[in-house]
Amino acid sequence: MIPSARFRFYGEGIPGVNLADLKGKLIVLEGPDASGRSTQIALLTDWLERRGHAVEHVGLKRSTLVSGELGKAKEGNILSPRTLSLFYATDFADQLENRILPALRAGFIVLADRYIYTLMARDIVRGADLAWLQSVYSIALVPDLVMYLRVAPQKLLERYIYRGRELDYWEAGMDIGYSRSWYDSFIRYQTELHRSFMRLQAIYGFVPVNGMRTPRAVTRELQTRIEAVIGPTA
Amino acid sequence: MTMRPLRNDTPGKLVAVEGLDGSGKSTQVYLIKRWLELSGYKVFFTEWNSSSIVREATRKGKRRNLLTPTTFSLIHCTDFADRYERNILPMLKAGFIVLADRYKFTALARDTVRGCPLEWVEQLYSFAFEPDITFYFSLPLRTALDRILGGRPALKYHEAGMDLGLSPDPVESFKIFQGRIHKAYELLAKNRGFTRISSGRPVEAIQEEVRGVLRDRIDLAHYKAVARWIVR
Repeated sequence: MIPSARFRFYGEGIPGVNLADLKGKLIVLEGPDASGRSTQIALLTDWLERRGHAVEHVGLKRSTLVSGELGKAKEGNILSPRTLSLFYATDFADQLENRILPALRAGFIVLADRYIYTLMARDIVRGADLAWLQSVYSIALVPDLVMYLRVAPQKLLERYIYRGRELDYWEAGMDIGYSRSWYDSFIRYQTELHRSFMRLQAIYGFVPVNGMRTPRAVTRELQTRIEAVIGPTA
Repeated sequence: MTMRPLRNDTPGKLVAVEGLDGSGKSTQVYLIKRWLELSGYKVFFTEWNSSSIVREATRKGKRRNLLTPTTFSLIHCTDFADRYERNILPMLKAGFIVLADRYKFTALARDTVRGCPLEWVEQLYSFAFEPDITFYFSLPLRTALDRILGGRPALKYHEAGMDLGLSPDPVESFKIFQGRIHKAYELLAKNRGFTRISSGRPVEAIQEEVRGVLRDRIDLAHYKAVARWIVR
Protein backbone atom coordinates (compact mmCIF):
# COMPACT_ATOMS: atom_id res chain seq x y z
CA MET A 1 0.00 0.00 0.00
CA ILE A 2 1.42 3.32 -1.05
CA PRO A 3 0.99 6.07 1.52
CA SER A 4 -1.03 8.94 0.07
CA ALA A 5 1.00 11.85 -1.24
CA ARG A 6 0.52 15.47 -0.44
CA PHE A 7 0.52 16.93 -3.91
CA ARG A 8 0.64 20.60 -4.73
CA PHE A 9 0.79 22.76 -7.83
CA TYR A 10 3.64 25.15 -8.57
CA GLY A 11 1.13 27.99 -8.66
CA GLU A 12 -2.63 28.20 -8.68
CA GLY A 13 -2.72 25.09 -10.81
CA ILE A 14 -5.64 23.66 -12.71
CA PRO A 15 -8.99 25.11 -11.64
CA GLY A 16 -11.30 22.74 -9.82
CA VAL A 17 -8.82 19.99 -8.91
CA ASN A 18 -9.05 18.50 -5.43
CA LEU A 19 -5.45 17.68 -4.55
CA ALA A 20 -6.51 15.39 -1.73
CA ASP A 21 -7.89 13.00 -4.37
CA LEU A 22 -4.47 12.38 -5.86
CA LYS A 23 -3.08 9.12 -4.55
CA GLY A 24 -0.40 7.95 -6.95
CA LYS A 25 3.17 9.10 -7.50
CA LEU A 26 4.54 11.34 -10.21
CA ILE A 27 8.07 10.49 -11.25
CA VAL A 28 9.87 12.43 -13.95
CA LEU A 29 12.90 11.46 -15.99
CA GLU A 30 14.54 14.37 -17.77
CA GLY A 31 17.47 14.33 -20.14
CA PRO A 32 18.36 15.02 -23.77
CA ASP A 33 17.59 12.71 -26.68
CA ALA A 34 19.95 9.71 -26.75
CA SER A 35 20.61 10.06 -23.03
CA GLY A 36 18.98 6.66 -22.53
CA ARG A 37 15.64 7.92 -21.25
CA SER A 38 13.40 5.56 -23.21
CA THR A 39 15.53 2.52 -22.35
CA GLN A 40 15.42 3.44 -18.69
CA ILE A 41 11.69 4.05 -18.72
CA ALA A 42 11.10 0.64 -20.27
CA LEU A 43 13.32 -1.01 -17.64
CA LEU A 44 11.70 0.92 -14.79
CA THR A 45 8.24 -0.02 -16.04
CA ASP A 46 9.15 -3.74 -15.98
CA TRP A 47 10.54 -3.33 -12.50
CA LEU A 48 7.54 -1.42 -11.16
CA GLU A 49 4.97 -3.70 -12.74
CA ARG A 50 6.78 -6.77 -11.43
CA ARG A 51 6.34 -5.24 -7.99
CA GLY A 52 2.62 -4.82 -8.61
CA HIS A 53 2.42 -1.11 -9.33
CA ALA A 54 0.15 0.22 -12.06
CA VAL A 55 2.18 2.47 -14.35
CA GLU A 56 1.01 5.23 -16.68
CA HIS A 57 3.32 6.84 -19.24
CA VAL A 58 3.27 10.44 -20.38
CA GLY A 59 5.74 12.43 -22.40
CA LEU A 60 5.99 15.39 -24.70
CA LYS A 61 3.91 15.84 -27.83
CA ARG A 62 1.57 13.00 -26.94
CA SER A 63 -1.71 14.79 -26.30
CA THR A 64 -4.89 13.91 -28.13
CA LEU A 65 -5.57 17.59 -28.55
CA VAL A 66 -2.59 19.01 -30.40
CA SER A 67 0.17 16.43 -30.91
CA GLY A 68 -0.62 15.95 -34.61
CA GLU A 69 -0.76 19.65 -35.36
CA LEU A 70 2.36 20.25 -33.31
CA GLY A 71 4.26 17.68 -35.35
CA LYS A 72 3.07 19.25 -38.58
CA ALA A 73 4.01 22.73 -37.45
CA LYS A 74 7.50 21.59 -36.46
CA GLU A 75 8.08 19.97 -39.83
CA GLY A 76 7.46 23.23 -41.59
CA ASN A 77 9.46 25.21 -39.06
CA ILE A 78 7.01 28.06 -39.37
CA LEU A 79 6.02 28.89 -35.83
CA SER A 80 7.70 31.62 -33.84
CA PRO A 81 9.45 30.44 -30.66
CA ARG A 82 6.67 31.82 -28.50
CA THR A 83 3.93 30.18 -30.52
CA LEU A 84 5.76 26.86 -30.42
CA SER A 85 6.27 27.29 -26.70
CA LEU A 86 2.56 27.88 -26.09
CA PHE A 87 1.67 24.99 -28.38
CA TYR A 88 3.80 22.71 -26.21
CA ALA A 89 2.23 24.19 -23.09
CA THR A 90 -1.19 23.29 -24.50
CA ASP A 91 0.02 19.77 -25.21
CA PHE A 92 1.35 19.52 -21.66
CA ALA A 93 -1.85 20.85 -20.07
CA ASP A 94 -3.96 18.41 -22.07
CA GLN A 95 -1.91 15.46 -20.83
CA LEU A 96 -1.84 16.82 -17.30
CA GLU A 97 -5.61 17.01 -17.13
CA ASN A 98 -6.52 13.96 -19.15
CA ARG A 99 -3.75 11.51 -18.31
CA ILE A 100 -1.67 12.52 -15.30
CA LEU A 101 -4.41 13.68 -12.93
CA PRO A 102 -6.80 10.76 -13.64
CA ALA A 103 -3.93 8.26 -13.25
CA LEU A 104 -2.88 9.79 -9.95
CA ARG A 105 -6.48 9.71 -8.74
CA ALA A 106 -6.52 6.01 -9.55
CA GLY A 107 -3.32 5.46 -7.59
CA PHE A 108 -0.99 4.86 -10.54
CA ILE A 109 2.68 5.59 -10.68
CA VAL A 110 3.03 8.08 -13.51
CA LEU A 111 6.37 7.88 -15.32
CA ALA A 112 6.90 11.08 -17.25
CA ASP A 113 9.37 10.89 -20.11
CA ARG A 114 10.30 14.57 -19.65
CA TYR A 115 8.10 17.24 -18.08
CA ILE A 116 7.92 21.02 -17.99
CA TYR A 117 11.66 21.43 -17.39
CA THR A 118 12.71 20.32 -20.88
CA LEU A 119 10.09 22.66 -22.31
CA MET A 120 11.36 25.53 -20.19
CA ALA A 121 15.04 24.81 -20.88
CA ARG A 122 14.45 24.77 -24.64
CA ASP A 123 12.64 28.09 -24.45
CA ILE A 124 15.27 29.69 -22.25
CA VAL A 125 17.93 28.80 -24.80
CA ARG A 126 15.74 30.52 -27.40
CA GLY A 127 15.53 33.68 -25.34
CA ALA A 128 12.28 33.27 -23.43
CA ASP A 129 11.77 35.10 -20.16
CA LEU A 130 12.08 32.72 -17.20
CA ALA A 131 9.42 34.53 -15.14
CA TRP A 132 6.95 34.20 -18.00
CA LEU A 133 7.68 30.49 -18.37
CA GLN A 134 7.33 29.93 -14.65
CA SER A 135 3.96 31.58 -14.74
CA VAL A 136 2.76 29.59 -17.76
CA TYR A 137 3.81 26.34 -16.07
CA SER A 138 2.46 27.29 -12.66
CA ILE A 139 -0.39 24.96 -13.72
CA ALA A 140 1.95 21.98 -13.30
CA LEU A 141 1.84 19.51 -10.47
CA VAL A 142 5.02 19.28 -8.39
CA PRO A 143 6.41 15.77 -9.03
CA ASP A 144 7.49 13.44 -6.23
CA LEU A 145 10.82 12.97 -7.93
CA VAL A 146 12.63 14.52 -10.88
CA MET A 147 15.79 12.84 -12.15
CA TYR A 148 17.97 14.38 -14.79
CA LEU A 149 20.14 12.08 -16.92
CA ARG A 150 23.38 13.86 -17.68
CA VAL A 151 25.33 12.89 -20.75
CA ALA A 152 28.04 15.04 -22.33
CA PRO A 153 27.07 16.48 -25.74
CA GLN A 154 29.94 14.68 -27.51
CA LYS A 155 28.76 11.38 -26.08
CA LEU A 156 25.17 12.09 -27.19
CA LEU A 157 26.37 12.75 -30.69
CA GLU A 158 28.35 9.52 -30.77
CA ARG A 159 25.31 7.57 -29.61
CA TYR A 160 23.12 9.21 -32.22
CA ILE A 161 25.39 8.40 -35.09
CA TYR A 162 26.41 5.02 -33.78
CA ARG A 163 22.76 3.99 -33.80
CA GLY A 164 22.44 5.12 -37.38
CA ARG A 165 20.02 7.89 -36.47
CA GLU A 166 20.08 11.17 -38.25
CA LEU A 167 20.55 14.25 -36.13
CA ASP A 168 17.22 15.92 -35.55
CA TYR A 169 16.87 19.51 -36.75
CA TRP A 170 15.45 20.67 -33.42
CA GLU A 171 17.73 18.60 -31.18
CA ALA A 172 20.64 20.14 -33.04
CA GLY A 173 19.19 23.61 -32.41
CA MET A 174 19.43 24.39 -36.12
CA ASP A 175 16.50 26.82 -35.83
CA ILE A 176 18.63 29.08 -33.63
CA GLY A 177 21.30 29.57 -36.24
CA TYR A 178 24.43 29.02 -34.16
CA SER A 179 26.25 27.49 -37.09
CA ARG A 180 25.56 25.95 -40.48
CA SER A 181 27.46 22.90 -39.38
CA TRP A 182 25.13 20.38 -37.78
CA TYR A 183 27.94 19.12 -35.59
CA ASP A 184 28.89 22.53 -34.21
CA SER A 185 25.29 23.54 -33.78
CA PHE A 186 24.44 20.30 -31.96
CA ILE A 187 27.33 20.62 -29.51
CA ARG A 188 26.63 24.28 -28.83
CA TYR A 189 22.88 23.77 -28.46
CA GLN A 190 23.20 20.79 -26.13
CA THR A 191 25.72 22.71 -24.04
CA GLU A 192 23.36 25.68 -23.75
CA LEU A 193 20.49 23.34 -22.94
CA HIS A 194 22.50 21.79 -20.15
CA ARG A 195 23.31 25.24 -18.80
CA SER A 196 19.58 26.08 -18.75
CA PHE A 197 18.88 22.82 -16.94
CA MET A 198 21.40 23.78 -14.30
CA ARG A 199 19.65 27.11 -13.89
CA LEU A 200 16.34 25.31 -13.46
CA GLN A 201 17.86 22.79 -11.09
CA ALA A 202 18.67 25.62 -8.70
CA ILE A 203 14.96 26.48 -8.68
CA TYR A 204 13.26 23.11 -8.94
CA GLY A 205 15.84 20.80 -7.38
CA PHE A 206 16.29 17.81 -9.71
CA VAL A 207 18.39 14.83 -8.87
CA PRO A 208 21.24 14.68 -11.39
CA VAL A 209 22.11 11.15 -12.52
CA ASN A 210 25.28 10.35 -14.40
CA GLY A 211 24.05 8.84 -17.66
CA MET A 212 27.50 7.95 -18.97
CA ARG A 213 27.57 4.53 -17.35
CA THR A 214 26.17 1.15 -18.35
CA PRO A 215 22.37 1.06 -18.60
CA ARG A 216 22.31 -1.42 -15.71
CA ALA A 217 24.26 0.90 -13.40
CA VAL A 218 21.99 3.80 -14.29
CA THR A 219 18.87 1.70 -13.68
CA ARG A 220 20.14 0.70 -10.25
CA GLU A 221 20.59 4.30 -9.24
CA LEU A 222 17.17 5.30 -10.58
CA GLN A 223 15.57 2.40 -8.72
CA THR A 224 17.19 3.44 -5.46
CA ARG A 225 15.92 7.00 -5.91
CA ILE A 226 12.43 5.79 -6.75
CA GLU A 227 12.35 3.40 -3.81
CA ALA A 228 13.07 6.32 -1.52
CA VAL A 229 9.82 7.86 -2.78
CA ILE A 230 7.48 4.88 -3.14
CA GLY A 231 8.78 2.79 -0.26
CA PRO A 232 10.20 -0.75 -0.28
CA THR A 233 8.61 -3.76 -1.98
CA ALA A 234 5.06 -4.52 -0.93
CA MET B 1 3.81 38.69 -9.40
CA THR B 2 2.60 42.16 -10.24
CA MET B 3 1.72 42.99 -13.80
CA ARG B 4 3.17 45.97 -15.53
CA PRO B 5 1.49 46.50 -18.85
CA LEU B 6 3.83 46.43 -21.81
CA ARG B 7 3.76 49.77 -23.62
CA ASN B 8 3.67 49.96 -27.37
CA ASP B 9 7.07 51.42 -28.27
CA THR B 10 6.77 50.96 -32.03
CA PRO B 11 5.98 53.70 -34.54
CA GLY B 12 2.57 52.06 -35.13
CA LYS B 13 -0.66 52.40 -33.18
CA LEU B 14 -2.69 49.57 -31.77
CA VAL B 15 -6.45 50.01 -31.55
CA ALA B 16 -8.52 47.20 -30.07
CA VAL B 17 -12.27 46.77 -29.98
CA GLU B 18 -13.90 44.67 -27.32
CA GLY B 19 -17.45 43.93 -26.27
CA LEU B 20 -20.09 41.23 -26.09
CA ASP B 21 -21.30 39.32 -29.13
CA GLY B 22 -24.01 41.47 -30.63
CA SER B 23 -22.52 44.72 -29.36
CA GLY B 24 -21.93 45.93 -32.90
CA LYS B 25 -18.16 46.13 -32.52
CA SER B 26 -17.36 44.22 -35.71
CA THR B 27 -19.55 46.53 -37.79
CA GLN B 28 -17.91 49.55 -36.24
CA VAL B 29 -14.34 48.37 -36.65
CA TYR B 30 -15.07 47.43 -40.26
CA LEU B 31 -16.28 50.97 -40.91
CA ILE B 32 -13.20 52.38 -39.21
CA LYS B 33 -11.01 50.26 -41.43
CA ARG B 34 -12.87 51.43 -44.55
CA TRP B 35 -12.66 55.05 -43.44
CA LEU B 36 -8.93 54.87 -42.79
CA GLU B 37 -8.02 53.01 -45.94
CA LEU B 38 -10.24 55.15 -48.16
CA SER B 39 -8.61 58.22 -46.63
CA GLY B 40 -5.20 56.82 -47.51
CA TYR B 41 -3.88 55.79 -44.11
CA LYS B 42 -1.71 52.78 -43.41
CA VAL B 43 -4.13 50.46 -41.69
CA PHE B 44 -4.11 46.76 -40.94
CA PHE B 45 -7.05 44.75 -39.66
CA THR B 46 -6.84 41.55 -37.64
CA GLU B 47 -9.45 39.28 -36.11
CA TRP B 48 -9.46 37.01 -33.07
CA ASN B 49 -8.81 33.35 -33.77
CA SER B 50 -7.86 33.46 -37.40
CA SER B 51 -4.34 32.06 -37.62
CA SER B 52 -4.14 29.10 -39.97
CA ILE B 53 -1.74 26.76 -38.19
CA VAL B 54 -3.44 26.59 -34.87
CA ARG B 55 -6.95 26.77 -36.27
CA GLU B 56 -7.02 23.07 -37.06
CA ALA B 57 -6.29 22.04 -33.49
CA THR B 58 -8.71 24.56 -32.05
CA ARG B 59 -11.46 23.30 -34.32
CA LYS B 60 -10.81 19.67 -33.47
CA GLY B 61 -10.72 20.44 -29.76
CA LYS B 62 -13.99 22.29 -29.93
CA ARG B 63 -15.75 19.77 -32.13
CA ARG B 64 -14.81 16.84 -29.96
CA ASN B 65 -15.21 18.70 -26.67
CA LEU B 66 -11.64 17.92 -25.71
CA LEU B 67 -11.01 21.29 -24.17
CA THR B 68 -10.84 22.14 -20.48
CA PRO B 69 -10.69 25.76 -19.25
CA THR B 70 -6.88 25.55 -19.11
CA THR B 71 -6.36 24.04 -22.56
CA PHE B 72 -9.05 26.31 -24.00
CA SER B 73 -7.10 29.24 -22.67
CA LEU B 74 -3.71 27.96 -23.81
CA ILE B 75 -4.79 27.02 -27.31
CA HIS B 76 -6.32 30.44 -27.87
CA CYS B 77 -3.18 32.08 -26.54
CA THR B 78 -1.08 29.95 -28.89
CA ASP B 79 -3.22 31.12 -31.75
CA PHE B 80 -3.01 34.70 -30.60
CA ALA B 81 0.80 34.53 -30.19
CA ASP B 82 1.12 33.28 -33.75
CA ARG B 83 -0.99 36.12 -35.10
CA TYR B 84 0.67 38.63 -32.81
CA GLU B 85 4.22 37.79 -33.83
CA ARG B 86 3.45 37.18 -37.49
CA ASN B 87 1.03 40.03 -38.18
CA ILE B 88 0.37 42.50 -35.42
CA LEU B 89 3.92 43.18 -34.26
CA PRO B 90 5.50 43.44 -37.74
CA MET B 91 2.73 45.81 -38.85
CA LEU B 92 3.19 47.97 -35.76
CA LYS B 93 6.92 48.08 -36.42
CA ALA B 94 6.18 49.04 -40.00
CA GLY B 95 4.24 52.03 -38.66
CA PHE B 96 0.68 50.91 -39.34
CA ILE B 97 -2.49 51.58 -37.43
CA VAL B 98 -3.46 48.06 -36.41
CA LEU B 99 -7.15 47.48 -35.76
CA ALA B 100 -7.86 44.37 -33.70
CA ASP B 101 -11.38 42.98 -33.61
CA ARG B 102 -11.06 41.48 -30.12
CA TYR B 103 -7.72 41.43 -28.37
CA LYS B 104 -6.30 39.88 -25.23
CA PHE B 105 -9.15 41.23 -23.08
CA THR B 106 -11.48 38.79 -24.82
CA ALA B 107 -9.32 36.04 -23.37
CA LEU B 108 -9.14 37.68 -19.96
CA ALA B 109 -12.92 37.90 -19.80
CA ARG B 110 -13.72 34.43 -21.17
CA ASP B 111 -10.99 32.48 -19.45
CA THR B 112 -11.61 33.94 -16.02
CA VAL B 113 -15.33 33.23 -16.39
CA ARG B 114 -14.31 29.63 -17.15
CA GLY B 115 -12.39 29.55 -13.87
CA CYS B 116 -8.79 30.31 -14.85
CA PRO B 117 -7.06 32.63 -12.35
CA LEU B 118 -6.93 36.20 -13.67
CA GLU B 119 -3.27 36.60 -12.81
CA TRP B 120 -2.30 33.47 -14.74
CA VAL B 121 -4.15 34.59 -17.87
CA GLU B 122 -2.66 38.08 -17.57
CA GLN B 123 0.84 36.64 -17.33
CA LEU B 124 0.14 34.36 -20.27
CA TYR B 125 -0.66 37.36 -22.44
CA SER B 126 1.93 39.67 -20.90
CA PHE B 127 4.08 39.51 -24.04
CA ALA B 128 1.46 41.51 -25.96
CA PHE B 129 1.35 45.30 -25.90
CA GLU B 130 -1.41 47.17 -24.17
CA PRO B 131 -3.43 48.84 -26.94
CA ASP B 132 -3.07 52.58 -27.44
CA ILE B 133 -6.86 52.72 -27.47
CA THR B 134 -9.30 50.02 -26.42
CA PHE B 135 -12.86 50.71 -27.46
CA TYR B 136 -15.39 48.91 -25.34
CA PHE B 137 -18.78 48.68 -26.98
CA SER B 138 -21.20 48.49 -24.13
CA LEU B 139 -24.89 47.91 -24.24
CA PRO B 140 -27.39 46.45 -21.82
CA LEU B 141 -27.00 42.69 -21.50
CA ARG B 142 -30.62 42.09 -22.46
CA THR B 143 -30.23 44.00 -25.73
CA ALA B 144 -27.09 42.04 -26.65
CA LEU B 145 -28.85 38.77 -25.90
CA ASP B 146 -31.88 39.73 -27.99
CA ARG B 147 -29.67 40.62 -30.93
CA ILE B 148 -27.84 37.32 -30.89
CA LEU B 149 -30.70 35.03 -29.98
CA GLY B 150 -33.07 36.77 -32.40
CA GLY B 151 -30.78 36.33 -35.37
CA ARG B 152 -29.29 32.88 -35.03
CA PRO B 153 -31.02 29.57 -34.51
CA ALA B 154 -28.20 27.28 -33.21
CA LEU B 155 -25.57 28.25 -30.65
CA LYS B 156 -22.22 26.52 -30.74
CA TYR B 157 -21.17 24.50 -27.72
CA HIS B 158 -18.40 26.75 -26.42
CA GLU B 159 -20.08 29.91 -27.59
CA ALA B 160 -23.01 29.05 -25.34
CA GLY B 161 -20.64 28.23 -22.49
CA MET B 162 -22.07 24.70 -22.39
CA ASP B 163 -18.71 23.41 -21.11
CA LEU B 164 -19.38 25.24 -17.85
CA GLY B 165 -22.45 23.13 -17.10
CA LEU B 166 -24.55 26.19 -16.32
CA SER B 167 -27.70 24.77 -17.87
CA PRO B 168 -28.55 21.86 -20.16
CA ASP B 169 -30.44 24.30 -22.38
CA PRO B 170 -28.08 26.08 -24.80
CA VAL B 171 -30.09 29.30 -24.80
CA GLU B 172 -30.29 29.43 -21.00
CA SER B 173 -26.60 28.57 -20.75
CA PHE B 174 -25.73 31.28 -23.27
CA LYS B 175 -27.67 33.87 -21.25
CA ILE B 176 -25.92 33.02 -17.98
CA PHE B 177 -22.53 32.79 -19.68
CA GLN B 178 -22.88 36.13 -21.45
CA GLY B 179 -24.03 37.68 -18.18
CA ARG B 180 -20.79 36.62 -16.54
CA ILE B 181 -18.69 37.77 -19.50
CA HIS B 182 -20.51 41.08 -19.32
CA LYS B 183 -19.52 41.46 -15.67
CA ALA B 184 -15.91 40.56 -16.43
CA TYR B 185 -15.81 43.14 -19.24
CA GLU B 186 -17.28 45.84 -17.02
CA LEU B 187 -14.56 45.19 -14.47
CA LEU B 188 -11.84 45.30 -17.12
CA ALA B 189 -13.33 48.49 -18.57
CA LYS B 190 -12.94 50.12 -15.18
CA ASN B 191 -9.44 48.85 -14.43
CA ARG B 192 -7.80 48.97 -17.83
CA GLY B 193 -8.88 52.38 -19.06
CA PHE B 194 -11.16 51.30 -21.89
CA THR B 195 -12.87 53.96 -23.96
CA ARG B 196 -16.51 53.17 -23.47
CA ILE B 197 -18.86 53.59 -26.41
CA SER B 198 -22.59 53.19 -25.81
CA SER B 199 -23.76 50.87 -28.45
CA GLY B 200 -27.54 51.11 -28.50
CA ARG B 201 -27.67 53.93 -31.09
CA PRO B 202 -27.70 54.32 -34.88
CA VAL B 203 -24.60 52.93 -36.56
CA GLU B 204 -23.70 56.32 -38.03
CA ALA B 205 -23.83 58.12 -34.68
CA ILE B 206 -21.58 55.55 -33.05
CA GLN B 207 -19.17 55.64 -35.99
CA GLU B 208 -18.94 59.41 -35.75
CA GLU B 209 -18.06 59.18 -32.08
CA VAL B 210 -15.41 56.51 -32.67
CA ARG B 211 -13.82 58.49 -35.51
CA GLY B 212 -13.78 61.54 -33.24
CA VAL B 213 -11.85 59.62 -30.57
CA LEU B 214 -9.34 58.38 -33.14
CA ARG B 215 -8.81 61.90 -34.51
CA ASP B 216 -8.26 63.21 -30.98
CA ARG B 217 -5.94 60.53 -29.75
CA ILE B 218 -3.92 59.61 -32.83
CA ASP B 219 -1.98 62.01 -35.00
CA LEU B 220 -3.50 60.56 -38.14
CA ALA B 221 -1.42 62.67 -40.53
CA HIS B 222 1.54 60.68 -39.33
CA TYR B 223 0.04 57.49 -40.77
CA LYS B 224 -0.65 58.77 -44.26
CA ALA B 225 0.48 56.16 -46.76
CA VAL B 226 2.96 57.20 -49.39
CA ALA B 227 1.22 57.96 -52.69
CA ARG B 228 1.89 54.64 -54.38
CA TRP B 229 0.00 52.76 -51.68
CA ILE B 230 -3.24 54.62 -52.08
CA VAL B 231 -5.90 52.53 -53.73
CA ARG B 232 -7.82 54.55 -56.25
